[in-house]
Amino acid sequence: MLESILITVATAATPLLIAALGELVAERSGVLNLGVEGMMIMGAITGFAAALLTGSVWLGVGAAILVGAAFALLFAFLTLSLVTNQVATGLALTLFGLGLSGMLGESFVGRPGLKLGVIDIPVLSDLPVVGRLLFGQDPLFYISLLLTLAVAYFLFATRAGLMLRAVGDNPVSAHAQGINVVAIRYLAVMFGGACAGLAGAYLSLVYTPQWVENMTAGRGWIALALVVFASWRPWRVVAGAYLFGGVTIGQLHAQAQGVDIPSQLLSSLPYLATIAVLVIISRNRRLTMMNTPASLGRPFVPER
Amino acid sequence: MRRTLQLFAAAAVALATTGGVQAQEEPTKACFIYVGPIGDFGWTYQHHQGLLQVEEELGDAVETAYLESVPEGADAERAIERFARSGCDIIFTTSFGYMDATNRVAGRFPDVKFEHATGYKREHPNVATYNSRFYEGRYIQGVIAAKVSEAGVAGYIASFPIPEVVMGINAFILGAQSIDPDFQVKVVWANTWFDPGKEADAAKALVDQGVDIITQHTDSTAPMQVAAERGIKAFGQASDMIEFGPETQLTAIVDDWGPYYVERVKAVREGTWEQVDIWAGLKEGHVVMAPYTNMPDDVKALAEETEEKIRSGEFHPFTGPINRQDGTQWLAEGEVADDATLLGMNFYIEGVDDQLPN
Repeated sequence: MLESILITVATAATPLLIAALGELVAERSGVLNLGVEGMMIMGAITGFAAALLTGSVWLGVGAAILVGAAFALLFAFLTLSLVTNQVATGLALTLFGLGLSGMLGESFVGRPGLKLGVIDIPVLSDLPVVGRLLFGQDPLFYISLLLTLAVAYFLFATRAGLMLRAVGDNPVSAHAQGINVVAIRYLAVMFGGACAGLAGAYLSLVYTPQWVENMTAGRGWIALALVVFASWRPWRVVAGAYLFGGVTIGQLHAQAQGVDIPSQLLSSLPYLATIAVLVIISRNRRLTMMNTPASLGRPFVPER
Repeated sequence: MRRTLQLFAAAAVALATTGGVQAQEEPTKACFIYVGPIGDFGWTYQHHQGLLQVEEELGDAVETAYLESVPEGADAERAIERFARSGCDIIFTTSFGYMDATNRVAGRFPDVKFEHATGYKREHPNVATYNSRFYEGRYIQGVIAAKVSEAGVAGYIASFPIPEVVMGINAFILGAQSIDPDFQVKVVWANTWFDPGKEADAAKALVDQGVDIITQHTDSTAPMQVAAERGIKAFGQASDMIEFGPETQLTAIVDDWGPYYVERVKAVREGTWEQVDIWAGLKEGHVVMAPYTNMPDDVKALAEETEEKIRSGEFHPFTGPINRQDGTQWLAEGEVADDATLLGMNFYIEGVDDQLPN
């Protein structure tokens, strides 16, 4: 039973992790994109529809990534080239995504979709407790962890990652050094969109393989909060996503076992736990300041 | 002088008549407030099917509008008021949580008719309430569950502890324990009407805890999919969800609001609309059971027999003796619960193994 609980936790955490990683990269470059929910739901409908129409789940996943990135490109064009307000544009992107996906998805309501199968590594997946958790999961679970590794390596061990962080901290001096600030921000935002799209595809192709309107149900917002929770560090996003998923699933099990605690309190536990950890880690102000992209949300227009 | 007055009166009558005729020729505007998206394939989807039926049957005589995913609370009042100002003749507010907002707006717009689903407050003459006796279907589901389950435990994914939901749980357990007095129900409160991911998680948690039948009072098809994946049985909610579990769904309680909506919009058009408090069930066709599938023939026969008994009025699911959860008597032998108590139900009956959240 412990094993299946852990797998359920992983399923709940994976979409949050993927979406939050993407947003983390965008924010590290200094761009705050509140449109995660919108890009995610577009990824969900695109992934579902493309998989159903082509018969290939992987084409669905690919299409979701492309559409997420395309949505992010729209956001980047508005905020980086036309220098619109990032907060307002991000909110608009979310509303646009929710509306458009509902419209596009109308004919897909009530149709069972395709599901991404699990990878089963023989022998190893039969290990007790952790066997299926580590060696018998869906491919996107592994991709989410590899993605974390890649993002962490990129940001903190490569020259390009250093440039990206420099752009997020001080675009003016980065520009003076000859770095193309706007181009880097474009790429970072689009990476964020691609991840949000992939997270959406996870919902409609793995988590609950179906299309229903608003099926993200606020997960884009939780991903946004996780980035702050993680103080913009990739491995802390993993911790945050799994803490949130773990408490969510744990409280459902507590209820099913008949634990005598009001269910409303149990339901709010994931949020309370996340806030509590956030308070604890943000007590060290210097460390928090060091990790926060200093120019987050501030527009930059290069002088000509 | 008298002549002038008569002229005046005649003119007034003429005006009133032409006015009336004009109103008749203009389409009646029927507006709907939904708590979820129309694509939820559950509660809101079914209400929207009702709207579509109104359009189909009344054609040009009606104009419709709807707002979806309107949160219960302050937003609801704004949304309803917006509809009332925009010339809606009748507004259907289709969730329990819109109750107070509906009544408040109704007080400010006495010429607009308001219809609130699943509530009990009618503070103004222009507010009607309507509901369906879903508990009839829940009782039948309980009977089936006790017959089909091998574990003797069913999982119940609940939304919020409002009377409608509590009544459903009670009816389910009454049905189940009429077959197997030891039958148990594990209740998990999702604290949401609609979140496919969370509903799926709740279903997985219940399966991991050993239930082999799942029933839900939330709106998405996700629990049905989980049940199919894990190879157990489940009941559909609000819509026939057989496509999501061809070998899983035992039956589903299908909400059919269309006939009621057509009738009420017609009444507004013909000027015969009156305040009502409708609570209709299997008999009137507001509650429809999806085909009984994936069960042995004798269980199917028993389910059909139970359905027929409830439909004909021969049997009422809430017939005594029934005790409250704490063991005190609620209904004496042969006593039938009255509607008011059922609609305000805020207690579990004996046999439910869960603490009711306050």
